[in-house]
Amino acid sequence: MKGIEVFQELAPLLEDEAVVLANGFISRECFQVLDRPGNFYMIGSMGLASSIGLGVALAQPQRKTLIFDGDGNVLMALGTLAMIAACAPKNLIHIVIDNEVYESTGSQRTISNTVPLESVALSCGYRQALRVTQRNELKSAYESLCQAQGPSFLLVKVEPGFDPATGRVTHTPEEIRDRFMNSLKV
Amino acid sequence: MLSSKTFIKKLHGRGFDFFTGVPCSLLAGLISSLEESSGYLPSVREDAAVGLCAGAFMAGKQPVLLMQNSGLGYSLNAFTSLNLIYGLPVLILMSWRGCGGKDAPEHLIMGEVNEQLLTTAGMDHDVLTEDNVDTLLAQAVDQIKNKKLPYTILVKKGLFDERH
Repeated sequence: MKGIEVFQELAPLLEDEAVVLANGFISRECFQVLDRPGNFYMIGSMGLASSIGLGVALAQPQRKTLIFDGDGNVLMALGTLAMIAACAPKNLIHIVIDNEVYESTGSQRTISNTVPLESVALSCGYRQALRVTQRNELKSAYESLCQAQGPSFLLVKVEPGFDPATGRVTHTPEEIRDRFMNSLKV
Repeated sequence: MLSSKTFIKKLHGRGFDFFTGVPCSLLAGLISSLEESSGYLPSVREDAAVGLCAGAFMAGKQPVLLMQNSGLGYSLNAFTSLNLIYGLPVLILMSWRGCGGKDAPEHLIMGEVNEQLLTTAGMDHDVLTEDNVDTLLAQAVDQIKNKKLPYTILVKKGLFDERH
């Protein structure tokens, strides 16, 4: 499975969730598959998709919040997994697309081949954590986490394979903010 | 000396309703007052606190971030590549360790350059005193509401009842 397939599989299931997307290929692939006002594309501040998502989830506890993160981002901010577990927002699902490399910068390896991130999340105190390696398992895993009380963690193991023809997010940062805030009725 | 409790009441009065940070002894009284009143979320790092506040702001909160000036080093990229480009305001209460060159060695360099760093990054800031609390808060709120940018209030040693 390639990273973009995660969005192809899950995008049709999205409703009015707040969705926070990590920088790099994760934002670009989601933008290509399904651009929606409720998507917050994080273009810089590597490592902070998880804390931004936590802030959204805590401020709007009635709305489901999804974080689409990468293995490099999660490893950079492992402490935020502990914060999410400690704050324990029931409405938060943290999805990590794990290709074991920093693909945006030339596919240098991360260390997620030896560090099972879903076990780290579970040890921190996430209510449940699943690991998926096949596209056909993804939808049911996501749906089972939607039924459960969060915070939940979904690790999706993918192969590197970003299509360089994938466009960049064309909205300006301020447009991204305004669309996102409007979709959250702020 | 300023009362932490009174200062927190003033923050509430101006609509601030989300508080997080990484502690400093100079901010201990403020954090205790927050724990007693509106709640305070401990962050593990200052940059994580920046992200937390950014998310909370976009979802309708008025965030306040408490940190020591040492945290400015950890969070500078978060400010420049998140808050300053998206226009995500936050009120930062930053303790000024190393002010005037009198402090433990690890605080001296940051204590000397923190104002210049903020200025260089384009982040407005001012020093809190016993006499400028209301004008400074008014200025901070104006910056946050109209320019949608962070505003940093520097807190020197001995200004608040530190309670530790």
